[in-house]
Amino acid sequence: MAERILSVDNLKVEIPVPSGMLHAVQGVSFKVDRGETLCIVGESGCGKSLTSLAIMDLLPTKANRTAERLELHGKNVLDIPEDEMADIRGNLMGMIFQEPMTSLNPAYTIGNQLEEALIRHRKVSRDEARDRAVYLLEKVGITAARSRLRQYPHQLSGGLRQRVMIAMTLMCGPGLIIADEPTTALDVTIQAQILLLLAELQNEFDMGLILITHDLGVVARVADRVCVMYAGQVVEQGSAKQVFENPTHPYTQGLLECIPIPGKTARGSHLGSIPGIVPSLVGEMNCCHFSDRCPYATDICRTQTVDLRQGFTADHDFRCVLTSEQCAENLKQKVPA
Amino acid sequence: MANGTVAAKLPSAQEILEPSASSLLLKRVFGHAGMTIGGGVLLFIFLIAILAPLLAPHDPFDQDLSKRFLDPVWGAKGTWLHPLGTDGFGRDYLSRMMFGAQTSLLIGFAAMLISGVIGTALGVAAGYFGGRVDMIITFIITTRLAMPVILVALVVVALIGSSLNIVIWVLGLLIWDRFAVVMRATTQQVRSMDYIAAAKALGCSTTRIIFTEIMPNVANALIVVATLEVAHAVLLEAALSFLGLGVQPPTPSWGLMISEGKGMMFFKAWVIAIPGFALFMLVLCINLMGDGIRDVTAPENRN
Repeated sequence: MAERILSVDNLKVEIPVPSGMLHAVQGVSFKVDRGETLCIVGESGCGKSLTSLAIMDLLPTKANRTAERLELHGKNVLDIPEDEMADIRGNLMGMIFQEPMTSLNPAYTIGNQLEEALIRHRKVSRDEARDRAVYLLEKVGITAARSRLRQYPHQLSGGLRQRVMIAMTLMCGPGLIIADEPTTALDVTIQAQILLLLAELQNEFDMGLILITHDLGVVARVADRVCVMYAGQVVEQGSAKQVFENPTHPYTQGLLECIPIPGKTARGSHLGSIPGIVPSLVGEMNCCHFSDRCPYATDICRTQTVDLRQGFTADHDFRCVLTSEQCAENLKQKVPA
Repeated sequence: MANGTVAAKLPSAQEILEPSASSLLLKRVFGHAGMTIGGGVLLFIFLIAILAPLLAPHDPFDQDLSKRFLDPVWGAKGTWLHPLGTDGFGRDYLSRMMFGAQTSLLIGFAAMLISGVIGTALGVAAGYFGGRVDMIITFIITTRLAMPVILVALVVVALIGSSLNIVIWVLGLLIWDRFAVVMRATTQQVRSMDYIAAAKALGCSTTRIIFTEIMPNVANALIVVATLEVAHAVLLEAALSFLGLGVQPPTPSWGLMISEGKGMMFFKAWVIAIPGFALFMLVLCINLMGDGIRDVTAPENRN
């Protein structure tokens, strides 16, 4: 078995708001092994980004983080002092942000920023850091890397900047990379390139990768494991094959209906959509979070909370009162023969 | 060969396509009329102030009561011996103007430095940490804004006496409000940028983020406020000196010279016109310079 990089158990994030307590992340658990890609999928506001920020301990100060377990390389990183955490950030785990146009400091050359990333954590000379920067810039597919080091972020395009960001996260050779929607701000052709690049680099440097996205096409392409989140909870998780071939939770099923599949989706036919909106996460909810949008919801769903339970296989979990067989049956009836 | 020498004189295609940052900056500076004029005159005043001991034709403290209120060269009885005439004590006006420039600039810049340090520290702290820190600092800023500067300065100077140092400190401790307000707003903007989050994700400490990530990105605004505050301090010094609570005689100061000449205002108008004009020019040029820096460094003005 591959080395376990990250284990998260029962991670909760709560944010006090004027109208009460916002339960943004409600008991999320997952793990990432070396060389594995975990995709966290879900719509806006379901807690994907907060989950990643919670792992990095970069939540806004008023947000409250609790967890039963948060281990990086087997070491507890929950409630450790800020200076210890700062030594871990960027060193053992790195993060790639959504918006490459603002994630590089406009006041410094990219060379300077790349080198600093390594010098911060390792005892290396500036020349050694520069060599590593050039090596990584070439790795992320930037030509004439050495002369690029002298350029400022405004001289680079969005795609190039995102490549620079990726190179920067790799400077210290972290075991885990969290990419928070790394391609949303880029145009479609660049999106594909960046994703493939991430997948290649992950393979080459044998890292764990957490990819946060709401683009299922992306997930299908690169994910080993998929974690579907809805309204602060994990509603289904399992191997990518499992989730894509046998989506169990009604939400996952609904999501997958929303994407056209070449050859399968008939021309002119309507793509699926999930009616309704995400429920407010302020205050306690004593029902299935998906109940007011679920086509199969019954009174039970609206009156009791639902726990995550085992699905078809040991590493497949879902959160529904129906059994996995019933769910599969629902799906079959929905799909026209 | 001939081609080679011609090509050597012309800028290469590379230079035209990718001009260096410094050459672009110079181009923008000299393309900006206000900045060129303001900067030029300011440099001139600076040089005069620094070189005053060498340039001044007379000792600015040398009194000669037989030569009181001599006309400047353009006046009826003007001579080149005293190009700007003499004051009520027969002191050479040109020399006093030159040394007066020293006083004005010294007070202007020193007060700006003191207020800059205080204001920037408060503003950046409020902007970066937000929350309770912001609340407290905003309260301090509002309190300070509610105090009339001249009045407070007058009271302090009247109570503890006045000297060059005291004027500098009083002004420095009073005029940091604009620094604080502007730095707070700019820091809030920069702080929400992803590169600050990225710096945290790379393991940078708070001190480091403030000094190496935030400061370079608020420097533009800081420089502009700093120039304007120099002008502000120069004017306040002149006002205090005019009221007799600033720089004390016989130290030459433009404000003090206006004050000393006010009795002769209707008979010898040039006695107050000369230092008045000098003050006007200095403040105008500093302001032009500040506007120019803002225009030249603002990204939307590039190219």
